[in-house]
Amino acid sequence: MNELPQQLVNGLLLGSMYGLVAIGYTMVYGIVQLINFAHGEIFMTGAFGALTVYLYILPDGTSMWLALPLMLVGAVMVSVTVAVGAERFAYRPLRTAPRLAPLITAIGLSLALQQAVWAWYPEADSPITFPEIEGGPFEIGSVTIQTGDVFLLIAAPISMAILAYFVMKTRTGRGMQATAQDPDTAKLMGINTDRIIVVAFALGAAFAAVGGVAYGLKYGEINFRMGFILGLKAFTAAVLGGIGNIYGAMIGGLVLGLAETLATAYIADVPGMEQLGGQTWANVWAFVLLILVLLFRPQGLLGERVADRA
Amino acid sequence: MPGKGLLIVRQRSLIAITAALAAGALTLTACGSRDDDGGSDSGSDGTTVVIGVDAPLTGDLSALGLGIKNSVDLAAKTANKEKTVEGITFKVEALDDQAQPSSGQQNAVKFVADKDVIGAVGPLNSSVAESMQKVFDDAKLVQVSPANTGPTLTQGTDWQNKKVRTYKSYFRTATTDAIQGPFAAQYVYNDAKKKKVFVIDDKKTYGAGLAATFTGEFKKLGGKVVGTQHIDPDSKDFSAVATQVKSSGADVVYYGGEYPQAGPLSKQIKAAGSKIPVVGGDGIFDPTFIQLAGKDSTGDLATSVGAPVEDLPSAKEFVANYKAAGYKEDFAAYGGYSYDSAWAIIEAVKKVVEDNDGKLPDDARAKVTEAVQGVSFDGVTGKVSFDEYGDTTNKQLTVYSVEGGAWKPVKSGTYTG
Repeated sequence: MNELPQQLVNGLLLGSMYGLVAIGYTMVYGIVQLINFAHGEIFMTGAFGALTVYLYILPDGTSMWLALPLMLVGAVMVSVTVAVGAERFAYRPLRTAPRLAPLITAIGLSLALQQAVWAWYPEADSPITFPEIEGGPFEIGSVTIQTGDVFLLIAAPISMAILAYFVMKTRTGRGMQATAQDPDTAKLMGINTDRIIVVAFALGAAFAAVGGVAYGLKYGEINFRMGFILGLKAFTAAVLGGIGNIYGAMIGGLVLGLAETLATAYIADVPGMEQLGGQTWANVWAFVLLILVLLFRPQGLLGERVADRA
Repeated sequence: MPGKGLLIVRQRSLIAITAALAAGALTLTACGSRDDDGGSDSGSDGTTVVIGVDAPLTGDLSALGLGIKNSVDLAAKTANKEKTVEGITFKVEALDDQAQPSSGQQNAVKFVADKDVIGAVGPLNSSVAESMQKVFDDAKLVQVSPANTGPTLTQGTDWQNKKVRTYKSYFRTATTDAIQGPFAAQYVYNDAKKKKVFVIDDKKTYGAGLAATFTGEFKKLGGKVVGTQHIDPDSKDFSAVATQVKSSGADVVYYGGEYPQAGPLSKQIKAAGSKIPVVGGDGIFDPTFIQLAGKDSTGDLATSVGAPVEDLPSAKEFVANYKAAGYKEDFAAYGGYSYDSAWAIIEAVKKVVEDNDGKLPDDARAKVTEAVQGVSFDGVTGKVSFDEYGDTTNKQLTVYSVEGGAWKPVKSGTYTG
């Protein structure tokens, strides 16, 4: 059996999830030059938000087709609240501080959010099962697509299209572009930059929430630490694609997901490389790829060469 | 049913009476010993010693870790209640290692520094044990693990050719992977009639060791290894591996590792279209595995050390006492072994105290370590004693299978070369 088509689909699915989370990193960085390391935890709280809706708000036995939209709303609400709260109380007071201060704050916030969920969410000290969509997997040729992955397949491109429309066509979106180019001038032109920054955080959080729900559906379980590794991967994807560029985040995610999957599946087959193959080495190969890309295109795949404003 | 109500009332009053009696007895004996002593020597006047527990109490493996902690606690309470060692009160102090070798070592240092600690039970993970052994050995503080199965811990790195005991203070009540892996291989090949295996491990001390001993025996029996893969324990996405399993044509998967990864791995392998059993060691033998793997996990197999605790006549009392003590968490896979580990220390303390005219000697730690080597008693899991390497002499193993959402014992036996 030729497994390549299936591995490509595996990689694209994993990459779509990285991409959804990477958008939040890239948008916040594009506008305030902050690497929001708490973004992985915003993704995690989104998944827990969706679970809360399912477990505690909806009556038992609600069909997933009905529950899913409501769970999404719950996930987005929780993630956006956390992100906007973080912006207001953790990052805004430090906006004029040296850049390292908000960076350290972000790492601290990341730990605090993990521990808060661990301590206060019922039974969150061990993995919690996430509801699944009924129905068997779909077979297309030699490729099997899981029911839980269908959500990701639909949600990722739609989210991307909505984001592109928003940033390009709406007044707020153009305000975001202006703020990203030059916040001071944007302010002089009458753009409420404080509001734009909040919108950037909120939008990034909403995408992370969609990613969180997709994660739960795909793997069938969530836990309080799920945001840490995924957040790092998404950040890597954002850098790979060109941090600050929203399309770059998605492309970076897809490239990273494909690289990891293909490295897992095929590196060990290369003669003499048995010891360097397998999933334990997939991260190494993904980062080798990142270094190579950054050597030749320091701005990332789709990034623009901009002078550092620091 | 009136009978049922009556029974409850009766039990309740029984508990109340027992509690009152126990409280009364404790008060009386406390008074008594104080009177006897007359203040001449405070050494024998209810000396309190601490049994340390090191296990993952939070995180993915906490289900197993909390079972260990509670079972040791139960052993200490039983010893105190029955006054197993005259004049000694046992206290349990549990530290969380989060399954991290670095945390385990810090905990070991803490136990060594606390002069009241007379011995330690734990850890869960072989990789954590590696980081603790030297610390304990330098302090001559005895350590009994209920769960470590890595052969190198007792028999040295070259255990396949030349067995050398590295640390005299390390003992375990769990059977090693040197026995567990081959035992699984024999079951899979001879009983389950599976001939083509895909071997996966997590590259940790426990997982890689188990996978290696399984593979060796499986090949010897005539089975074929159609693929190998090493997963990243931090990842939850095993879709690439699952696809490989499917295209390899394997009829069984062996996984060396623990349930936080094994559960999702089993689920994703089945989802990818391979309806074949996943087999693992005691690291996947936990209800959480079934919860994570979902309903398709029916038919998955796990080997675990010893006979099923619930079925052993010697364990009935333990199970009943554990329930009566009202612990919030289940005693899990290692409860019986943890109880026996703690009891080995208690027995050793008893011997040391009795040899020293009812008092704890000054070099109690070294003496207790020596005494553990010689203990022999009927524990929860059967006869508890240790061989010249510190390994248990009990070589019993059991294969469990997932049926109806729970682990059901399939076959018990001992591995013979």
